Amino acid sequence: MNWLIDFFGDPANWSGPEGIPVRLLEHLEFAGLSLLLAMLIAIPLGLWIGHTGRGALLVVLSANAARALPTLGLLVLIVLFMGVGTIVPVLIPLVALAVPPILVNTYEGIRGVDPDLRDAAYGMGLRGGQVLGRVLVPVALPLILLGLRLAAIQVVATATVAAYVGLGGLGRYIIDGLATKNYPSTIGGAVLVALLALLVQFAFVLAQRVTVSPGVSGRQDIR
Amino acid sequence: MDEEPLVRWDWIGRNWPRIQPLLEDHIVMALVPVVIGLLVALPLGLAGVRWRRLYQPTVGVMNVIYSLPSLAVFIVLIPITGLATRTTVMIPLTFYALAVLIPAVVDGLTSVPDHVRQSAVAMGFTPLRRLLRVDLPIAVPVVLAGLRVATVSSISLVSVGALVGRGGLGYLFIDGWQRQFYTPIVVGIVLVVVLAGLADLMLVLAQRLLTPWARARGSA
Repeated sequence: MNWLIDFFGDPANWSGPEGIPVRLLEHLEFAGLSLLLAMLIAIPLGLWIGHTGRGALLVVLSANAARALPTLGLLVLIVLFMGVGTIVPVLIPLVALAVPPILVNTYEGIRGVDPDLRDAAYGMGLRGGQVLGRVLVPVALPLILLGLRLAAIQVVATATVAAYVGLGGLGRYIIDGLATKNYPSTIGGAVLVALLALLVQFAFVLAQRVTVSPGVSGRQDIR
Repeated sequence: MDEEPLVRWDWIGRNWPRIQPLLEDHIVMALVPVVIGLLVALPLGLAGVRWRRLYQPTVGVMNVIYSLPSLAVFIVLIPITGLATRTTVMIPLTFYALAVLIPAVVDGLTSVPDHVRQSAVAMGFTPLRRLLRVDLPIAVPVVLAGLRVATVSSISLVSVGALVGRGGLGYLFIDGWQRQFYTPIVVGIVLVVVLAGLADLMLVLAQRLLTPWARARGSA
């Protein structure tokens, strides 16, 4: 515990370009941008595949294959290839990490909607797009949010690796601390990342409360 | 690095004596946690079904554990289990495996349809016999699906351990980065993905063998 006090109690760690607020913002930038890009790719694709039933095999295959990709290896390879000028090299592996959970859960969510419900919506005269937007998405929302949450947590946790290739973020405390045998910094950084991940988890629980219609959330505890 | 091919495949042959122990280390560090996880998750999952009230908070704790970044956990463990030891890598991976497997066991066991369970009771099955002959076989597909996720993620996550000195094939990433040399990195990625793919394939086959009824009905 003394290590934590050494790290968090040091005013030098709270200001300047190496300070916790700056590192935190960098971390959020990596994670937030990657998640946003992944959402832009995975949600429309998942909705389309779930709604039309076309390309389901693609989802199944890509999901487990992408889980196997080692982010650290992908990151060093891309940075070596493209150089460290921008943050693009960091975003590619993080997006690759975030797409599968979002894609799979969006697809499963849409496909798992009770067929009777879907047929009833068609029977009421709604068109394909309306059925998707007004019935399928609201009912699938808990699963879609679960996918986003899993992706967000993984991205926040993995963005630490960016520090290894010399970029910023909270990982700097961890990696630099390891290199210089400065344990208070390492542990402090690890604690910060863990806290951030928990905060993200909590934010998604709140988002779920707010956005999921009460009728749907009656059957909670979907995993 | 001009005119350098992206990957020099002859590098693999020349460096195989160096790669092979990394591969073996990787397999051990990835699979031991999953096996331990499964052995622990089965009884805990059974308890979770029996005592639902205890299970809900457990899932909460599991979610928290799952959200801890592996690198952070490796580092927190270093003072306790030592730098560059297998234990440092395997302890967090065991907990990640548990976080996936315990809910899988519980979901599998609770997916037994009520009328099936009632038929077993009506036929005079003892609770133990019902567990072994009815509940567990029906839970197999769900448990195996969880096992696939746990195994593939475990194989991929071991490589992060390279940052704390013991990451199996992950060492190739560090090596390639330090020497600014593509080949080891690409070879490392390919080997990790192939390893995960083979493990996944074996589990799919196991699923086919263990659930012949699902195939007969054409639902899997």
